[in-house]
Amino acid sequence: MQLFDELKTLGHKHIKADKKAGEKVPSGMWIACPKCHQSFYHKDLGVYQVCPNCEYGFRITARERLKWLVDSFSEMDDSLKTTDPLKFPNYQKKLSKARVQTELNDSVLTGIAKVEEQTFGLGIMDPAFIMGSMGTITGEKITRLFERATRQSMPVVLFTASGGARMQEGIFSLMQMAKISQAVKRHSETGLLYITVLTDPTTGGVTASFAMQGDIILAEPRALVGFAGKRVIEQTTHQKVPNDLQDAERVLEHGFIDAIVPRKDMKKKLAWLLDLHSKGSGANG
Amino acid sequence: MVSLLDKKKTAAQIVANARSEEKMSAYELINGIFSDFMELHGDRLSDDDAAIVGGVAKFNDMPVTVIATNKGKSAEERLRTHFGCPEPSGYRKSLRLIKQAEKFNRPVIALVNTAGAYPGKSAEENGQGEAIAHNLFEISSVKIPVISMIYGEGGSGGALALACGDRVWMFENSMYSVLSPEGFAAILWKDSSRADEAAEVMQLTPEKLLEQHVIDGIVPESRSHKRVFKAVKKILQKELTDLDKLTPSELVEKRHQRFRQF
Repeated sequence: MQLFDELKTLGHKHIKADKKAGEKVPSGMWIACPKCHQSFYHKDLGVYQVCPNCEYGFRITARERLKWLVDSFSEMDDSLKTTDPLKFPNYQKKLSKARVQTELNDSVLTGIAKVEEQTFGLGIMDPAFIMGSMGTITGEKITRLFERATRQSMPVVLFTASGGARMQEGIFSLMQMAKISQAVKRHSETGLLYITVLTDPTTGGVTASFAMQGDIILAEPRALVGFAGKRVIEQTTHQKVPNDLQDAERVLEHGFIDAIVPRKDMKKKLAWLLDLHSKGSGANG
Repeated sequence: MVSLLDKKKTAAQIVANARSEEKMSAYELINGIFSDFMELHGDRLSDDDAAIVGGVAKFNDMPVTVIATNKGKSAEERLRTHFGCPEPSGYRKSLRLIKQAEKFNRPVIALVNTAGAYPGKSAEENGQGEAIAHNLFEISSVKIPVISMIYGEGGSGGALALACGDRVWMFENSMYSVLSPEGFAAILWKDSSRADEAAEVMQLTPEKLLEQHVIDGIVPESRSHKRVFKAVKKILQKELTDLDKLTPSELVEKRHQRFRQF
C-alpha cells in the first residue's frame, strides 16, 4: 500500500504548470539572521528589529531607534555640513544620498532626550550613513553634545555604530578622536555619568575613542565590537580568526563590556541606570 | 629609491622615505637626543610590549620621560615588535609612564614611527580599542607638557594615541594619516595598487599637514644623524621653554583648543 496517492496530490507537475507560482510569494517575506542564520517570517522582527532566535539586533537607522527609545527628544545641530576638507571626488554625491536615506545631516543624531523622569544628552550613530563612519561633523556634533551636557549638568548616553574614521575626510576624521575624547574627559571630571551602548558594528576609531570611554559600557546581543577588521587581522597575522572573536559576548568575557542588554529592555535599563546616578537618588539624596 | 635628501618630493616618495630601511631606530634616536636614558619596562598589568619603548632620561640636564614606538633593527626584533605595531599592553605602558611623569612633574617626549596599532587576535582580545581610547582620554588633561615627534610613519589611531599632546612635529621624511595609502585605496577604490594616487589625495605630507595646523613644525633631515639630533634638540629646547611658561591649567586649556579647532 502506498502512503499517499500520487495522482490525488499536488505533484511537481502541477506546481510547474503555474509559471508564476514563484512570483505570487512576495520577496522579503523571509529573512535570514546574519548571525545565527535562522530564517524567520519578516513580521517576527517586530518593532525592535530583533532576530527572534538569537536576539541579534538588526542594523537600524538612528531615527528608527529613536522611535522606541525615548519619551521626548529635541534635536541639536541638525544643519551642520562638512567643509569636505580634502575636496574628495564624488564625496558630495555620497553625502547627499546618505542624507536622504537617513534623514540626518551626518552619521550621528544628537539632542536632549527624556525617558521617564530622566533628562540627558543622547547621541545615536546611524550605520546607514556611509557605514556610520566618523567625519568632522560627526565629531563636532558629539563634541557639542558633551559640551552642552557638561554646561547643563546632564548625563550622556551614546549609541555607537561605526565602520571607523571617514576616509573621505582623511586626517581630519582622525583628529575627531582626540577632540571628542577631551570633551568626554571634561564631562567626566565634573562627575557626570556617561553610558555607551555598543551596537552592530562598533569598530575602528570609534571603538578606540568614545565608545570605550563610558563609565558604563553596554552592548546589544551579538553586536560586532572590535578595533581592526577581521580581514585585516587575517591578512596581517596569516591566521584564521574565529567568527565570534568580535561578538559583544566574547568582548564581555575579556572584560571590556559591562552588560549585554536586549533592545526590548534597553529603555527601562537606561532609565534605571540614569536614576541610580541622579543626585536625587538614594538615601544620601 | 629616492634619496632622503631630494628636495621636491611627491607624496608617494615621502611615503617610501618614511618607511625606508635607512630610518633611525627608536634607540638610535633616543640615545642621540637624550643622555642617560634608562628604560622602564611593562604595563603593570600583564605584559611588556617591545613595540613601545619608554623610560626616563635627561635632556640638557632636565629630567624627562621618553616614549618611542620601535620598529626594531634585526629581523628577530622586528618580529617581536610586529614591525613597530604596538599591542594594547604597549599603550598601557605608555599611559603608565605618562601618569608617572605627571606625578613627578616632568615633560613627556613621544617619538612616533608606527604603521598603526597591531591588528591581531590577541590584540583584539586584550582591548586594543580600549587601550588607545584610554590614552586619548587621559592625555587630554595631564598637567605636564607632552611633545610628540613623528619620525617615520604616523598611522591612524595607533599614532594619535601618542600624538595627542601639546605639540606635534614631523620629520621632513615622515607621514601622518588616517590609514595607510594602501588601505585607503582598498577601501575607497577597491584597489590597493592605487596607493600612490591615494597618498596624493590624502594630504599626508608634513608640508600639507603644517598648512592645516595638524602639526606645529617640520624637522629638517640630513644624511648626518648628528645634524638631525642637533635640529631635534634645538626644537625640543624651544618648545619646552615655551610650554614651561604656562600654568598647568593654561597648558591643558591650550591643548584643548589645539584639538577643538578640527
